Amino acid sequence: MKKTHLLALVVIALAIGIVMATAGDASVYVSFKEAKELAADGDLRKVHVVGRLPHDAGNNIVGMQYNPTLDPNYFTFVLVDTNRVHQQVVYFNPKPQDFEKSEQVVITGNMRNDVFVADKILLKCPSKYVENEVKGATAAR
Amino acid sequence: MSIGDWGHLSVIVAFVAAVVSALGYYMAARGRALGEADTAWLKLGRGGFAVHSLAVIGVIVTLFGIIYGHRYEYYYAWSHSSNHLPVHYMISCFWEGQEGSFLLWIFWHVLLGAALMRMARQWEAPVMAVFAGVQLFLMSMILGVTVGSLKIGSSPFILMREFMPDLPVYKLNPDWVPQDGKGLNALLQNYWMVIHPPTLFLGFALTLVPFAYAIAGLWKGELTKWVQPAIRWSLWGGGVLGIGIMMGAYWAYETLNFGGYWNWDPVENAVYIPWLVLVAGLHALVLWQRGRTGLRTAFALVVATFLLVLYATFLTRSGVLGNASVHSFTDLGLSGQLILYLAAFVVLSIGMLVWRWKSIPVSEKELTMYNPELWVFIGATVLCLGAFQVLVTTSIPVYNAFVGFFGVKSNLALPADQIAHYTKIQLWMGVGVAVLSGIAQLMWWQKNDKESVSNTFTIPAMLTLLGAALVILLVRQNGHQMTLPYIALLTTGLFGVLANLGMLLQLLRRKVRISGGAVSHIGVALMLLGILASAGYSNIISKNTSGLLYSREMPEEINRDNVLLWRNDATKMGPYELTYTGQYFDVPSVPEYVNKELLFPVMNDEYKAVARGEIKVGDKSYYKAGDTLEIRPEDTYYRVVYKHKDSGEDFVLFPRAQVNEEMGGLLASPDIKLFWDHDIYSHVSSVPDPTKEKDWSEAKEFTVSMNDTLFLNDYFAVFKNAEPAHNTAGLGLGKGDIAVQGDIIVYGEKGRQYHVHPVFVVRNGGMVGRVPDEIEDLGLRITLDNIDPQKGKFTFGVSTTQKDYVILKAMEKPFINLLWSGTLLMGFGFALAIYQRGRKPKPAPAVAKASKKQVQAA
Repeated sequence: MKKTHLLALVVIALAIGIVMATAGDASVYVSFKEAKELAADGDLRKVHVVGRLPHDAGNNIVGMQYNPTLDPNYFTFVLVDTNRVHQQVVYFNPKPQDFEKSEQVVITGNMRNDVFVADKILLKCPSKYVENEVKGATAAR
Repeated sequence: MSIGDWGHLSVIVAFVAAVVSALGYYMAARGRALGEADTAWLKLGRGGFAVHSLAVIGVIVTLFGIIYGHRYEYYYAWSHSSNHLPVHYMISCFWEGQEGSFLLWIFWHVLLGAALMRMARQWEAPVMAVFAGVQLFLMSMILGVTVGSLKIGSSPFILMREFMPDLPVYKLNPDWVPQDGKGLNALLQNYWMVIHPPTLFLGFALTLVPFAYAIAGLWKGELTKWVQPAIRWSLWGGGVLGIGIMMGAYWAYETLNFGGYWNWDPVENAVYIPWLVLVAGLHALVLWQRGRTGLRTAFALVVATFLLVLYATFLTRSGVLGNASVHSFTDLGLSGQLILYLAAFVVLSIGMLVWRWKSIPVSEKELTMYNPELWVFIGATVLCLGAFQVLVTTSIPVYNAFVGFFGVKSNLALPADQIAHYTKIQLWMGVGVAVLSGIAQLMWWQKNDKESVSNTFTIPAMLTLLGAALVILLVRQNGHQMTLPYIALLTTGLFGVLANLGMLLQLLRRKVRISGGAVSHIGVALMLLGILASAGYSNIISKNTSGLLYSREMPEEINRDNVLLWRNDATKMGPYELTYTGQYFDVPSVPEYVNKELLFPVMNDEYKAVARGEIKVGDKSYYKAGDTLEIRPEDTYYRVVYKHKDSGEDFVLFPRAQVNEEMGGLLASPDIKLFWDHDIYSHVSSVPDPTKEKDWSEAKEFTVSMNDTLFLNDYFAVFKNAEPAHNTAGLGLGKGDIAVQGDIIVYGEKGRQYHVHPVFVVRNGGMVGRVPDEIEDLGLRITLDNIDPQKGKFTFGVSTTQKDYVILKAMEKPFINLLWSGTLLMGFGFALAIYQRGRKPKPAPAVAKASKKQVQAA
């Protein structure tokens, strides 16, 4: 066998290894129900959950708590996933500043005991045009 | 015709001229050997490209004119600029939008095309045919023409009322023009953002040149002659793109708050992947030039580089990344067009490769361990594998979109811990690159056999092992762990530096001009060491030890990386004692930040403030009390004093928070203190919202005489005096108005005294006004509510609010300067190599054989 063929084999093996590693590390988007099932099976892999923040009649966010003077590294809120399951989420970091304005929240982490411990929060804010349209137009009147 | 119509016309002219030019050059080269282009068609191609170039410059001038002239009837100006934007940032808002950044890319192609028309000689026709073809594709992205129901491209000259025709204001007034624009994203108002995008796009544009040569070579069957020019242009591309990427990393380090310079964001990866392949391709080209081997690899990699640039464009501009990236462009609905072009270029170029594959010469000789070419080849392979890994992971959102297209729902997500995922593999790529660059460099300049190899390698290897052992000992001594991958990277990184340095010293003795390769390899090895130290040993010093109240809930160890700093309360943090002392503003005309307490806001103009007292820096006075000055209200700087516990030395950092409605709130940017061996990096993670009205308690009334003491909640105060108020603090006193201000001294913590001056105004008409005064340090606000002149009694209202605080995260980045200095060295190495190749006359093969040692730089 020629050396180049050997090299090619090694490269192919490594490439397969890389694809396997990626597949192994890739996370999934799940619902809270599936996240609980995973945790119950002892699978501690971190998952993504997409959800919204519950609002009460007065348009206030329900179940959100952040008291920096007590503990700046503890933020908890309730997230409602696409199947309308409510779940308490704990985030051991300061509250993201634009949290209340977000339309959609993506969290990564896993269930521990009864709470979902998030280590990353991604916020999707409302389309930037809507707000500005109103603002620009009122300024003109 | 309006200015926008002229612009749009120029776009169309530029597009048509690109079509004409592509056609002319294509016909000139078709069916003819290299250098025997048809002159008539060639003239058409040249003329087309000249018209195209002029039109492109016209488009750019027009668009900049619209931005510079604050013509907010145009969507692009409204969306990216604003009245208060300084001119140098108007340049950056030019490329904040998709259309402008396409224009920037097109502009570089125009310049490179002009250079090629002069320099390419016999290559001109086929190379420029590819160039004009690519220009045609890029121009169509900003064409903004609708054919039937098909929208081709998105024009930057679209009017507001065309973009948002449903705005209610247009029903009332069809000619309505916004008064101000939305402004440039505050994060992009940074000097790096003025030079980073042009550098990056120049890098992108430069990858087209070797690609065009490769395609021209395949087309004309000239399968070897293209290598010579392709190497020089690839060197330019590798250097510029590499520097451009690192500029972006430095910008992220300075401006964003994820705590580092590289976040493996898909947008970053999209540029990193083609760069790795470009560098691998460059090595393959050099292999062919020196060793007559690796030509097929060179062809494949040069073509792949440009295709990956197109793929990066697709990733960042089509909206396919969606949630996966924080800073891709907004979707303009161009994804169909982008996919079409990507597919066209992939099919065409791969088709041509396949067509000529069998005729591309291969080397007959088998490479042995003693051939440096073998090691360079393996090094290029390692780079490609590294690029492949990033590509596979970054494309995860694409797989979802792809199977979704066939109706299959996929819930695959990017790895939850991306940094760990990429590091796991990229670290080993680093190891490979460092060790192989050392080996190849040592063997490159000599004839190798068993004896000479062991002679050459002994000293660098010994030094490496000694150095690595010493560093490992020192690291352990300082109480840090060192895992096996880290030890591997340290050792190979050191070897990379020492082997290349040893070679460089030898080369310097022989001939300085051929040292470009060694210099840039030292740079890369230093960068690897810098990344190992600064990222591997990044140390959070703001570990919170208090606030254990909730932690019982969670038995596991949770990192608590943020501390709360009350204003003026010193807090211990790592080796430092920290004090947050207040909020500051950037006043453009004053060299230092100005305390917010010295500035009185002006009604209806947030960009102006009135000085409450003298503003001076050192001995120089900039403003007197009562002067009106300009401020930049969107940025608040939080002054934090760091005092080292042992040495007692202190320094001040001003981490920043920006009010940014577009991104939904406050954006924190770090401030960094640079030491030679580490950086202290810190940013606020949370602050009381500066735009929100504070919650004041109900005012408590005190009726007192002069020199009486007031007992406030935690403090006491003495009412010293009442005096006529001057026309300061934006009172706007008219004739006959009477204003009295109280002078109260409040005694705060640690004997600190504050003078408070609430003002009581009686206007000419008998109207009464009160101007409260606030001590932000104490969270106190005092008004002078009433004056009883007969009894000499004064009534003050005192309300309190929560004391001001910031939540801060701080970390130490050891030896990060290795990364930056390695970057500079790498760039310098590229520059040297370009210079060498520019000077050196082509070595004829016979000459090269005669003097084996006089070979090209690696």
